[in-house]
Amino acid sequence: MSPLRRFLRRPEAAAGAIILGVLFAMALFASLLFPGDPQAIAGPALLPPFQDWSLPLGTDRLGRDVLAELFHGARTSLAVGLGAAAAALFIGAVVGTLAGFAGDLVDEVLMRITDAFQTVPSFLLALAFVSVVGPSLGVVVAAIALGAWTGPARVARAEVLSIRERDYVAGARVIGMHPLAIAFREVLPNALPPVLALSSVIVAAAILTEAALSFLGLGDPNRVTWGGMIAEGRTVLRTAPFLSIIPGIALVLTVLGIYLAGEGVVETTAVRRSLS
Amino acid sequence: MTLLAVSDLTKRYRRGGKTIAAVDGVSFAIESGETLALAGPSGSGKSTIARLVLRLVEPDAGTVQFDGDDFLALKGAALRARRARLQMVFQDPLAAFNPRATVARVLDDPLRIHAIASGAERPASIAALLERVGLTADLAPRAIHEISGGQRQRVAIARAIATNPSLIVLDEAVSALDVSVRGQILELLLDLQARERIAYLFISHDLGVVRAIAHRVVLLDAGRIAESGDARAVIDAPQSAIGKALVAAAPRLNSTRP
Ligand SMILES: Nc1ncnc2c1ncn2[C@@H]1O[C@H](COP(=O)(O)OP(=O)(O)OP(=O)(O)O)[C@@H](O)[C@H]1O
Ligand SMILES: [Mg+2]
Repeated sequence: MSPLRRFLRRPEAAAGAIILGVLFAMALFASLLFPGDPQAIAGPALLPPFQDWSLPLGTDRLGRDVLAELFHGARTSLAVGLGAAAAALFIGAVVGTLAGFAGDLVDEVLMRITDAFQTVPSFLLALAFVSVVGPSLGVVVAAIALGAWTGPARVARAEVLSIRERDYVAGARVIGMHPLAIAFREVLPNALPPVLALSSVIVAAAILTEAALSFLGLGDPNRVTWGGMIAEGRTVLRTAPFLSIIPGIALVLTVLGIYLAGEGVVETTAVRRSLS
Repeated sequence: MTLLAVSDLTKRYRRGGKTIAAVDGVSFAIESGETLALAGPSGSGKSTIARLVLRLVEPDAGTVQFDGDDFLALKGAALRARRARLQMVFQDPLAAFNPRATVARVLDDPLRIHAIASGAERPASIAALLERVGLTADLAPRAIHEISGGQRQRVAIARAIATNPSLIVLDEAVSALDVSVRGQILELLLDLQARERIAYLFISHDLGVVRAIAHRVVLLDAGRIAESGDARAVIDAPQSAIGKALVAAAPRLNSTRP
């Protein structure tokens, strides 16, 4: 059976994949289905959902189309989630590989730095970073990555510590390969699988952190974000609760979908490894 | 000419608060084109000596002279350059290669690192190397885990001779192979030695193989040399207690004796 079919036979993995598929489609087709500025006024203010079929999810306090905002918000969430996770995995893999492979003083210094980052709650770190540098998409991605790379670094280091004792690493030294080439060409690629297994958790956490930053008004002001939508809706929570509930559901479903799909991938590859 | 001279080599390891001497004041020399075997029971320090000679671990005491130079004094780029002259073949050819590697990449690395062939010449050099060890060039694109154990050990030998070394350390290089494949690999090693005057430091616990391939033998016991001399003379009439025990425990010896 192909790995994809084995993956999709797990109901929870299939559910995760469907949610992720919808999310990607929303992000991809956002500007096709809702061209123009999603923050532009589209109709009367505070139109409830399912009243006017040209504005299916209604409008917010300023008369903006909620469905358009939701689609464009998916784009921001995905961009930040994937960007921050990619950056965190990259930094973590490089730091962990260097620490594990070099050992001694380099290891000591890099792991103390990792400890320092890990003791600061990652949300506070992101909050402080965005407050100082100023909110924009790139800064938000960097701020979230800053608090998320320590996990991958630890996992990479542990894996590298076991790989560096293997014969093929000794073999690479014997043929005179440079230590950095050994670390990054021979060791790192083989240390990646358990590091990559962390990616779904990191993407999900990054999306939540982005939403929290936007909720506090520290998201990119030029982009629609789900966190920002929730915060907007809060002012009219009693009269128009759907304005907070709709992006809230989108957020919960997204995080759940990423988690389920990620678990599915990890489980399928684990099964494959134990079969071979 | 003396190629490798090891003297008073010592390596200690700490284990559970106790210090054990894995290698304890070992001295020996290898001439160019000669095969010196290291034999001894499990844990007697054979692999540790191989790793010390190759600078994979650093000794606590002793000297290693290679090609007339103090090999232990070399550092960084100078050490990496000199490594071309001193190669190794490991016991388990599957563990000795990056699991993601192909045959071509395994052979490309030494050629590139030591600038033995330019990028354009390398495919031809790789094909020539494969032929030198009795394989065909069409093996080059295969993944290392897709070829047989015997082919893999031939690839390991091809990688070791890629830089035209004067000494190859073989740590149990034929122990993991089937008897028939083992004979072919030993023949290949003898053939290469005859053609290219490569010296071997041949580590084995199999005295039958040692007797067939080595000129001289060093018998180790608990990190020290128990006995050494002409391979046939030592194995046919061991003087030390450990030598007698090893010969007595080698049932294949009588059948391989001519
Ligand atoms: N990295 C290490 N740390 C601690 N002890 C070690 C280490 N490497 C080797 N030793 C110890 O040193 C001694 C010699 O080991 P070595 O591997 O050299 O033996 P060997 O002769 O190659 O044995 P075998 O025939 O089983 O391969 C053993 O007691 C071993 O436990
Ligand atoms: Mg050994």
